[in-house]
Amino acid sequence: MTEPLDGNALGGALGELFAVDVTAAVGRCASCGASGAVAQARVYPAGPGLVARCAVCGAVLLRVVRGPGRAWLDLRGVTCLQLAVPES
Amino acid sequence: MARAAVLGRLSWQAGTVTALRDETPTARTIILDVPGWAGHLPGQHVDVRLTAADGYSAQRSYSIASAPGGPGLELTVQALPDGEVSPYLTGTLAVGDPLELRGPIGGWFVWDPASPAPVLLVAGGSGVVPLMAMIRTRARARAAAPFRLLYSARDPGSVLYAGELERCAQAGDGIEVAYAYTRSAPPGLRTGRISAVVLAAGGWPAARAPAVFVCGPTGFVEAAAGLLVDAGHDPAVIKTERFGPSGGQQ
Repeated sequence: MTEPLDGNALGGALGELFAVDVTAAVGRCASCGASGAVAQARVYPAGPGLVARCAVCGAVLLRVVRGPGRAWLDLRGVTCLQLAVPES
Repeated sequence: MARAAVLGRLSWQAGTVTALRDETPTARTIILDVPGWAGHLPGQHVDVRLTAADGYSAQRSYSIASAPGGPGLELTVQALPDGEVSPYLTGTLAVGDPLELRGPIGGWFVWDPASPAPVLLVAGGSGVVPLMAMIRTRARARAAAPFRLLYSARDPGSVLYAGELERCAQAGDGIEVAYAYTRSAPPGLRTGRISAVVLAAGGWPAARAPAVFVCGPTGFVEAAAGLLVDAGHDPAVIKTERFGPSGGQQ
């Protein structure tokens, strides 16, 4: 397996889908309960999409795949995302 | 500007190369004019996409080297021997060419010039690029936070921004720079990696509660972050950014 990148590498793909930056969001791993910034996840870019795994237990947090005209986002391993939302 | 840099979905846009600057024999800075650029925060990156005539495309991530608010958006690209994208960017791309990019990307690996906390920057190779954006932002914002940069490079010839870092260090206004040369060092200096000893000599004690930014290849980042935690730094304040052997995130 190639060396993983980190959740900073999700920024472009998720930035196409969300209006706020998700890499700075705090997520909780559904497998082990650890909380951390999405940027701290381990990210494996070798497949057809990006796979993010928990930096603590290694469980899959999320997968994002981009195809022509659409994207698939699988958030199976994240129980909660806490996002900073600027007040207008 | 911070708000503009983090709000709104990203989409691909076209920039135009306005200048090119060789940093070392294998690294080049690309200066771009990007109409409607929303501004960025120091530490952020962009995705660059190249598309061939037959529709095949490849994309990579590159850190922004310039401070926000400057005349152009600067990316510094290190050529990788077997790279698919970097040899084009460092060798073929010419002034006047268009370049497709999206960004700015990332709201976590960023430094806030309003924070007075000391800053420790730890760079492995071209991992210095986003950290240079922080150093340049500090100067541009006339921020008072004291900076220390530990920069691990193969040899003196591969150091990016060597002259500018030298001037920063000599200006005596709160930026200190220390190098670790892994392959060959200048006369009188020994080679070595960033170690607990180097960290203790050129970093900040954990008691000063510095903001810490580490950027480099995955192995370098893992090793440096481990040393920092061993030295008592709170893992929660150590921000890291890894890049892979392909020179970026896909």
